[in-house]
Amino acid sequence: MLSRYGLRCFALGYLSLLLLAPLGMVFWRTFEHGFWPAWDSITTSDARHALYLTLLIAAIVVPANTVYGVLCALAIVRGRFPGKGIVNALVDLPLALSPVVVGLALLLLYGRTGWLGPWLTDHGIQVVFALPSLVLATIFVSLPFVVREVVPVLREIGTEQEQAAATLGASRFQTFRKVTLPAIRWGVAYGVVLTMARALGEFGAVSVVSGHIAGKTETMTQYVQAQYEGFNVAGAYAASVLLAILAVITLLAMTLVRRKEETV
Amino acid sequence: MAIDVREVSKRFGEFPALENVSVEVPTGSLTALLGPSGSGKSTLLRVIAGLERPDHGRVLLDGDDVTKRPPQKRGVGFVFQHYAAFRHMTVYENVAFGLRVQRRPKGETRTRVAELLELVQLDGLAERYPAQLSGGQRQRMGLARALAVEPTVLLLDEPFGALDARVRKELRVWLRRLHDETHTTTLIVTHDQEEAMDVADQIVLMNHGRVEQVAAPRELYDEPANEFVMSFVGPVNRIGGAFVRPHDVELQLQPSDGCEEAMVERLVHLGFEVRVELVRGNGDQFSVQISRDRALELELDRGQIVYVRPLRERTFVTD
Amino acid sequence: MAEPLAAPAPAAVRARSGQSAPGIGIGIATAYLSLIVLLPLAALVWQSQKAGARGFWDAISSPEAVSAIEVTLVASAIVALVNALTGTVIAWVLVRDRFRGKSLVNAVIDLPFALPTIVAGLTLLALYGSQSPVGVNVAFTRAAVVLALLFVTLPFVVRTVQPVLQELDLEMEEAAASLGAHRLEIFRRIVFPNLLPAILSGVALAFTRAIGEFGAIVLISGNLPYKTEVASVFVFSQLESDDISGAAAVSVLLLLISFGILLVIGTVRRYATRHDDA
Repeated sequence: MLSRYGLRCFALGYLSLLLLAPLGMVFWRTFEHGFWPAWDSITTSDARHALYLTLLIAAIVVPANTVYGVLCALAIVRGRFPGKGIVNALVDLPLALSPVVVGLALLLLYGRTGWLGPWLTDHGIQVVFALPSLVLATIFVSLPFVVREVVPVLREIGTEQEQAAATLGASRFQTFRKVTLPAIRWGVAYGVVLTMARALGEFGAVSVVSGHIAGKTETMTQYVQAQYEGFNVAGAYAASVLLAILAVITLLAMTLVRRKEETV
Repeated sequence: MAIDVREVSKRFGEFPALENVSVEVPTGSLTALLGPSGSGKSTLLRVIAGLERPDHGRVLLDGDDVTKRPPQKRGVGFVFQHYAAFRHMTVYENVAFGLRVQRRPKGETRTRVAELLELVQLDGLAERYPAQLSGGQRQRMGLARALAVEPTVLLLDEPFGALDARVRKELRVWLRRLHDETHTTTLIVTHDQEEAMDVADQIVLMNHGRVEQVAAPRELYDEPANEFVMSFVGPVNRIGGAFVRPHDVELQLQPSDGCEEAMVERLVHLGFEVRVELVRGNGDQFSVQISRDRALELELDRGQIVYVRPLRERTFVTD
Repeated sequence: MAEPLAAPAPAAVRARSGQSAPGIGIGIATAYLSLIVLLPLAALVWQSQKAGARGFWDAISSPEAVSAIEVTLVASAIVALVNALTGTVIAWVLVRDRFRGKSLVNAVIDLPFALPTIVAGLTLLALYGSQSPVGVNVAFTRAAVVLALLFVTLPFVVRTVQPVLQELDLEMEEAAASLGAHRLEIFRRIVFPNLLPAILSGVALAFTRAIGEFGAIVLISGNLPYKTEVASVFVFSQLESDDISGAAAVSVLLLLISFGILLVIGTVRRYATRHDDA
């Protein structure tokens, strides 16, 4: 029984030293001198723009990847077409890639000297060093989440319910809306939460493609780096706390949705 | 006395699984722990094995007080209802496990495992994995594994419960034969009274965490200690304050002394026996079991009036 | 016209609902995938071989590249092994132990998934950097790289081992006890072999994540070439100095290493689970 306490202490100690204490430290440092100085740091125009940009990107990326995720999951589980295995493997690819590599790949496709570069320049479309590349990069890295959460749920519920609906006269779309979608909703919800968290936290890929122009193409995560390297440690901490709070909200959402999934 | 359980009690939270249970299992016998679900029989078995600790009481194996000893040191063999096969090991490695833990020499282990596999008729399957075996084969492996370490006592927890009816009957016979060969003291938990009667020298019938009766199968059937025992081990009619077995009732077409009138409601043909469902004058329903020949003799029909007389009845004093 | 109600109907139903994603859906799925994932990667691979095999080799064998790759691989390997141990212990405590606040601890495990990597690095810097209140300063050292990687890879082994441990048949352990095995032996002979495939999966995921990590490392390691510069930072700096081919070459190398690891672990896993419904 001694080893039980030993293991518990080891686990809790490890988690505290690695995760909780550092996080606590940042909260402490941020609010060391009170709430208002922190507030001031986070409401500078650069900070506000960074937050706005980050949320805008998320607002585009999350719905896009959700719709895509559900369609792709349906194609993988229910569809019959050659190369299904390849699609499945490709979907997981973003998880194995370094974000910097992702940024580089996008640069090589959409950059000025990239494959599509000349065509984009000719049509006056600016992708890299502008919002579109940030969106593309964030879509890339957060692509897998909804797919991976929905695929096992789809597999588990099987086709019986959908077949029953068909025999009762429902069209394909009606079946999808009234039978399939409700059955997968918690899988989708969990995937959405993960996608959101990833989108808000993306750093490496956007660092490569954004050109890092403060007040224009600087996301919240890049703002943290810029403030720290510019010796505005307080500003960096305040922005980090904001992001950390969003992370905690994400964790809460994850826990709640996980519970819902279990009771269904 | 191979197993001596003295006044053992065990609660799980609010639930009293065992209440002051005392049982003696003679050396070399095959004893069944029989009872409905929740009667405490599995708990008792696990307490004897050391997989559960009793709140009060003692457990003695061959005279040694083992109450505080862990299962590793009790010399018991345990067979689980769902086999508990080591799925990552072959059949050979499963059976050899106990011997390997004891660090027996390789040659000795090999010989012993081969012997046991032959005994349980699994020779030739030594290199298979449990996932490749049928349920019956997995359980035979479980038995071989438990016997490998030459336990003083063999404990089986509903060993055939997860198998289908035919396999169950086969293994039952097989277990009895195995016991007759090895003479290891065996304690088997079951909720199937037919199984217990078939296989055991002695039955411990339990209910609600208590022992209701300990007796040989025949005695349990013919001399039940109370209403619960009587109705658990066989069908029973309650007539007034007395209990009568369906085949202990005489059926006649003509009235005679001590007979009562009853009407035939239904005839059920059970092969070699016929169950006659009757209703008495006061509305009470009961059943009588007679041989097929007797039924033909009487030419019974629905709605017919017959005369019944209990040949043997029991009454119990309730306290 | 009357619909046939007998045998033909089931086949028709099956064919219809077997493709509740119509051809358009599949088309969209693959188009999206190509545009977002495939084409950029193709451009990357093409760029990496633009200077030929010689160019590729030169790019990945330059002293700075070699050092960055070495730092990355060594740190990631250390982290993967440490996680094999700590992840298993944490999963064990979460599944087998009971204490107040356990569900809170369970939720905290996912923090590295939810927290932006740059913030993760900053939090470690706050406690274990030059302003450390406990006097522990690992900034600008290789230890900092390991620390940052431990943070971001924490959940992997825990989450792969947890469900397996949950499903593990306790009766196997009881059987082993009745056969004379004591606790450590039970772990070694029964529990561990059944957890190994899951641990390996988690280790592979952790390693792959670690070799590509960028955000958590940039602040705390100082990115000192030949000392604490990791592969992803090296790629970034090559980009900034306009050595696109060099950056692409090292990137492709990292990709190949990831695939290699996943392949190897996949094979080892298949061997370790050969007993399952073979």
